[in-house]
Amino acid sequence: MITTTQTPTQQADAIDLMVNMGPQHPSTHGVFRLVIWVDGERIVKAEPHVGYLHRGSEKLCEGENYGQVITLFDRLDYVANLNGELGFCLAVEKLMGLEIPERAERIRVILCELNRIASHMLFYGVYGLDIGAMTPVLYGFRERERVQALFEAVTGARMMHNYIRVGGVKEDLPDDFGKRMTTLTDQLGRGIEECDALLSDNEMFLERTKGVGVIGPADAIDYGVSGPSLRASGVAEDVRVSEPYGIYDMFDFGVPIGANGDCWDRYYVRVEEMRQSLKIIDQAMRQLEPGPIMAKVRRLLRPPKGEVYARTESPRGDLGVFIVSDGTDKPYRVKVRAPSFANLQALQHMLRDAYIADAVIILGSIDIVLGEVDR
Amino acid sequence: MARRPSSQKAAGPGLDERGQALSEILPRAMEGFEAQFAAALDEVTMTVEPRAVPEVCRIAKDRPDLDFDYLRCLSVVDYVERLEVNYHLLSLSRRHKMVVKTNVPPDEPSVPTVSSVWRAANWFERESHDLFGVVFDGHPDLSPLLLYEGFEGHPGRKSFPFHDYEEW
Repeated sequence: MITTTQTPTQQADAIDLMVNMGPQHPSTHGVFRLVIWVDGERIVKAEPHVGYLHRGSEKLCEGENYGQVITLFDRLDYVANLNGELGFCLAVEKLMGLEIPERAERIRVILCELNRIASHMLFYGVYGLDIGAMTPVLYGFRERERVQALFEAVTGARMMHNYIRVGGVKEDLPDDFGKRMTTLTDQLGRGIEECDALLSDNEMFLERTKGVGVIGPADAIDYGVSGPSLRASGVAEDVRVSEPYGIYDMFDFGVPIGANGDCWDRYYVRVEEMRQSLKIIDQAMRQLEPGPIMAKVRRLLRPPKGEVYARTESPRGDLGVFIVSDGTDKPYRVKVRAPSFANLQALQHMLRDAYIADAVIILGSIDIVLGEVDR
Repeated sequence: MARRPSSQKAAGPGLDERGQALSEILPRAMEGFEAQFAAALDEVTMTVEPRAVPEVCRIAKDRPDLDFDYLRCLSVVDYVERLEVNYHLLSLSRRHKMVVKTNVPPDEPSVPTVSSVWRAANWFERESHDLFGVVFDGHPDLSPLLLYEGFEGHPGRKSFPFHDYEEW
């Protein structure tokens, strides 16, 4: 962290000290810059600076045809690629009024929930690191790696799968999928319990996260916070339940919510969500029947003229995809409502009056992915 | 490749029950505004004049039977002859949703800010200002968010050269 005695340029008082964090900083989870004004140990004002990873993804979508756009969505939220792909495909399918074969729907649910677990496991690991616990990251990555290995077997790639297609999925599952899944869910189930036992009730972890970075439900809603970060504030909003897409209305699972909206709640909501995801996967696996995996769609998609807004629950929150179609093979406009983007905005609120030593912990607790924030 | 438009008609879902109910109460709630009401798939849309936007949004948020407490998304679409600003709203309590739309001329695009209605609008407006050059009057800080200081042009617009690659 670089500390300067430079006088702040905006609003903050002249006696405050400006502390600059990033854009090259290991605990910013990417290229993210945070400028903090402190009065002693307290944060007076915080100003996030983003855009270092801006690639113009939305504009790039306008130059690709619908099938090619999926690859761009892989690269938005790069730790939950399948959830990103699903968001886009669902939007196009909604616009075209496509019916997706049962089997494809179930494959999507299984893989997306696995991706959610992998993403939360990554969060779990690096959150431990943020606080100074070295061990969780090893456990978190171990579990995540198991999921990645399965993804590689199914989609051919560890990340950037390009597997979910408009109308279904690219390929059918490998023959030994059932067997692999039995082993994997078993391992993950044990892994989640292990991780939980390792960190959640640790005295020092509680001390650092309880009551830190609090955001109330009204403020969280006003800032457009979504996903686990919103649920930690006690708002039971989950798109999978409130506006079910695909076949999510067929599953029985709980929506964990927090009570205080502090860092620990945001952390524990995610741990609990992994258990719920396993529950969904288990149900989906039992109903997995052989059948077609693609709806009858043309190679070159030409959705009808019009506009569509589709919401999905990505591991980070409410992923909205807004597409305007002019009836050609390329989208006229694609807008991605990235959950991390809105969540990151609330960081200023959470940081106010916090200790500077907690800044990294609060930032870590909202689990941002800069690829999605900057697009 | 030539871009042939499809002949297919919109086949997606229509308004659900809540959408139907909303499309009935909305015109009454928004009396006094010049507005066009329509539907885009499962969303109720309402097109208003740019200067009416903050007031419409304020009513949408404050009226208990509308209660749009959540700004889902704010986006700009460049139709070349006009820029369309879309406000995707959601009510977490009533579970209905709508889109407020407004059109601004591309050479002098300006809309009053709604960042005082929902704080979520702050960054969305800054982003739209970056990429499309839409000026949100009364916004506390319209400094570049995604682009760097001193970037010239509005890369979101159709007129911005973006896909003119040359093979090398």
